[in-house]
Amino acid sequence: MAEAGSERRAKRMSIIVTKGTLDWAYPPFILATTAAAMGLDVTMFFTFYGLPLLLRKLDLQLSPLGNPAMKMPMAGMHMGMPNIASMIPGVDSAASAMMNQLMRKKGVATIEDLRGLAVESGVRMIACQMTMDLFDYTLKDMIEGPELGGAATYIDVATQSEINLFI
Amino acid sequence: MADQTVDAKGLNCPLPILRAKKALQSLGAGGTIEVLATDPGSVKDFQAFCRTTGNELVESSTEGNVFRFVLRKAG
Repeated sequence: MAEAGSERRAKRMSIIVTKGTLDWAYPPFILATTAAAMGLDVTMFFTFYGLPLLLRKLDLQLSPLGNPAMKMPMAGMHMGMPNIASMIPGVDSAASAMMNQLMRKKGVATIEDLRGLAVESGVRMIACQMTMDLFDYTLKDMIEGPELGGAATYIDVATQSEINLFI
Repeated sequence: MADQTVDAKGLNCPLPILRAKKALQSLGAGGTIEVLATDPGSVKDFQAFCRTTGNELVESSTEGNVFRFVLRKAG
């Protein structure tokens, strides 16, 4: 009996996922899949703009607008885009297409792949109930696996986790 | 010779680690895998992966621009 109690449990990590653009979708899924591969029990809590990352069909976009750090490799140099140009309709989808192409070329996994690997490796996913109500989503809109929960559910997970991240 | 070879050449972080983990799962304790990767970050990453998981990094070497790792699954 004493042995069972002293057995070391797996370390735990939680991630609050708050952003749903193509670029910001990467850190939570990369860290979740890697931590799961390293034997941690991982929980992801999807809230606000992170919630749509659970939708069955993803069409992730990013915007160079207001993002002076976004400089894409082009013609041997790194090019940013002035805000006044980023505002033109179609620039976001063009920039997103360019980023997707770059990622394919560099052997970076797609978000769909990483999300599938996360589900496969037993990452627990919690969809924020309040955000679901706010943006009129139901679990039917989402991939198989996520459960519903609120702030208290997350805090309960966080108090038992060694690593808690907000992304 | 390793029991299994994982070709992760051309793949970027975290795919070499995830592919290696998948291969290790299919093996019993003491089983070995060989991982081939071109991601320079994988050198540190496989050290860290093994330190955390308890699997043994038997070999870590470089041939040209290809990194080769041999891992033995923890018992």
